[in-house]
Amino acid sequence: MSIGSSVGTTQTHVVELFTPDNPLRLSGGAELAQVEVAYETYGELNHDASNAIFVCHALTGDAHAAGFHEGSTKPGWWDNIIGPGRPLDTDRWFVICPNLLGGCRGTTGPSSINPATGRAYGMEFPLLQISDFVTVHRALLDHLGIEKLYAGIGGSMGGMQVLQWAVETPEQLDRALVIAASSRLTAQNIAFSAVARQAIMRDPGFAGGRYLDDEIDVEGPRSGLAIARMMAHITYLSEQGLAEKFGRRFQHEQSQGGFGVDFAVESYLDHQGSVFLDRFDALSYLYLTRVMDYFDPFADPEAVARIAAAGVQCLVMSFDTDWRFNTEHSRRIVRQLVDGGVPTSFREIASPWGHDSFLLELDDYHRTVAAFLGAP
Amino acid sequence: MRTDLDVIAGMVGAESRVLDLGCADGELLLHLAKARGCRGVGVDRDPDQVVAAIGRGVSVVELDIDTQLSEFSDNSFDVVVLSQTLQATRRPDRTVTEMMRIAPTGIVSVPNFGWWRHRLQLGVGGRMPVSKSLPNPWYSTPNIHLATLGDMDLLFAAAGVAVRRRVLLSPDGSPSTVRFGSNLLASGATYLIERG
Repeated sequence: MSIGSSVGTTQTHVVELFTPDNPLRLSGGAELAQVEVAYETYGELNHDASNAIFVCHALTGDAHAAGFHEGSTKPGWWDNIIGPGRPLDTDRWFVICPNLLGGCRGTTGPSSINPATGRAYGMEFPLLQISDFVTVHRALLDHLGIEKLYAGIGGSMGGMQVLQWAVETPEQLDRALVIAASSRLTAQNIAFSAVARQAIMRDPGFAGGRYLDDEIDVEGPRSGLAIARMMAHITYLSEQGLAEKFGRRFQHEQSQGGFGVDFAVESYLDHQGSVFLDRFDALSYLYLTRVMDYFDPFADPEAVARIAAAGVQCLVMSFDTDWRFNTEHSRRIVRQLVDGGVPTSFREIASPWGHDSFLLELDDYHRTVAAFLGAP
Repeated sequence: MRTDLDVIAGMVGAESRVLDLGCADGELLLHLAKARGCRGVGVDRDPDQVVAAIGRGVSVVELDIDTQLSEFSDNSFDVVVLSQTLQATRRPDRTVTEMMRIAPTGIVSVPNFGWWRHRLQLGVGGRMPVSKSLPNPWYSTPNIHLATLGDMDLLFAAAGVAVRRRVLLSPDGSPSTVRFGSNLLASGATYLIERG
C-alpha cells in the first residue's frame, strides 16, 4: 500500500560542471577536464534555498529516483519514498538526485569519451574515491544555488557518500541519513566485489577494457557482467527472502532436469543478469565497486569531531536480515558518532528482504525517515 | 513533565552529556536540553516510542539494555539515567556496573516493593501488589526484579557504588516528606550514584 502520491512525469537534466578551465581534481591526484552530471529534481526550492534534500544513489542506481519518464510505466528507483505525502515530501522539500561520477547513466564515467583521445576512457579513467563523488555533488549544489542541505540521504553506497559528506563539509548538512551502509568493508564484502570484478575482467569480451573502441570487434563482457550481477543479487537478498520468494519451486510445472534454468530462483537470477546488461556498463561496475573497498572515513582522527562541531543530526539504520552490510556495519558507525558526541539515532528495522530492504516500502522504516526529517 | 522526571532533572548538572536508558518518548532529554542545555542520547527498544522520540528531535539509539550497553564506550557520557527501568532488567547488578563504566555519575529511580501498601497487598491480601508505581499484574509486568529500598542498598554495595544522594518519592512521583522508616513509608526513591 503506497501512501502519498507520485511526483508525476519527470526528466533527467544534464549539466557540465567541470571544464578544461575548471577541471575536476580528484582525491587521488588525477584530473578530469570535462565532467557532465545527469540529475533530476522534484518539488520546489524555497526562497532561501533551505529545503533541499540530496539523494545519493547506490552502486547501480541513477538520477531517475522518482516519478515516470515520458511514455514509461516504470517509476524511478526510489519512487516509493519521494513524492507528495511520502517521507521525502515534495510538497515540503526540494529533492535532488544525480547520477554518480564514474557511472554510466548520463554522468561522466569510464565509458564516456575521453576528450584527449576521442575514444572511451576505458581503464585510463582515473581511480575514484567516495570523496570524489561528494566533490561533484557539491559542484551540483553550487550550480543549483544551494549552500546548505536540509538533509542528505542514501542507502548502501549512497549512505557512504552521505557519511563522507558529513566528514568533509559538515556545515553543509543539517541532517544525515545513512541507511544500510558501511564505514569500512569487511574481508567478506571485498571478496564478493573481487569475484564480481574477476568475472568481468576474465571475460574475453572485456578486451582489457577497450571493448567500446570501434576498432575492437567484441560485444563487451556480457557474460561476466551478468554473472557479477547475479552473484550480487544473491547477497542483496536474505536466505529467508529467497525462500519466501521462490522456495524450491520449479520454473515450469514440472522439473526439466538437466543444467538449464529449472528452479524459479535460477530464472530470477538469469533475468536480473540479462536486464542489467541493458542499463549498466561493466567498466562503471569495476570502478564503482572498487571505490567502496577503500572507504574508511573514520581513519581520519578528526572526522567525528568535525561532524560534532557542526551539529549534524544523524540517523543510521540497518535491516536485520541484511548480510551484505549487516547491522554490525551500522553499529560501528553509531559507536563512532555517539562516542564523538554527534547527535545520533539508530534503528535496526525488521525485514525479511535483506540488503534490498532499503529500496522497499516498509512501514516501520519509512515512518522513521519521516519522523527524523519532520523533527523540529 | 512527569514529577519523577523533575526529581531526576534536578540531579543533572547543566550542559551535561546525558545517556537516558529507557527514554520512552524522550521527555526527560527534551526537558534537559531546553532547561539545562544538556546534550543527550536516549536508549529504548519499543519501536513506537523510539519513532516518537526521533520525531520530537531527540536522538535515540534502539538497543537492548540487558545485552547491548557495550555499544557505549567507557566514560563517553557525564551522566547515565535509568528511570523506572532497573527492575525490568535481567541483571540489575550488571546494569548498574555498565552505567558506572559509561559515566562517572548515575541516576537510578525505582519503585519500593517494601512500601506499606505493597506489603499490605502481599502480606494481608496474599496477592502480588499492584499500584501506581507497579501498575501491571504479575503475569504481564515487565518488572522481573522487584526490590525494597533496603535491597537497593545491598545492590549498590555489591556493585561497589557510592550513593551520593537519595530522594524518597511519594506515590505521585514527587519528593516525599518521609523522615524515618523510608523502606516502609516511601513508595519509591531516586538515587544519585557514583563510582565507589
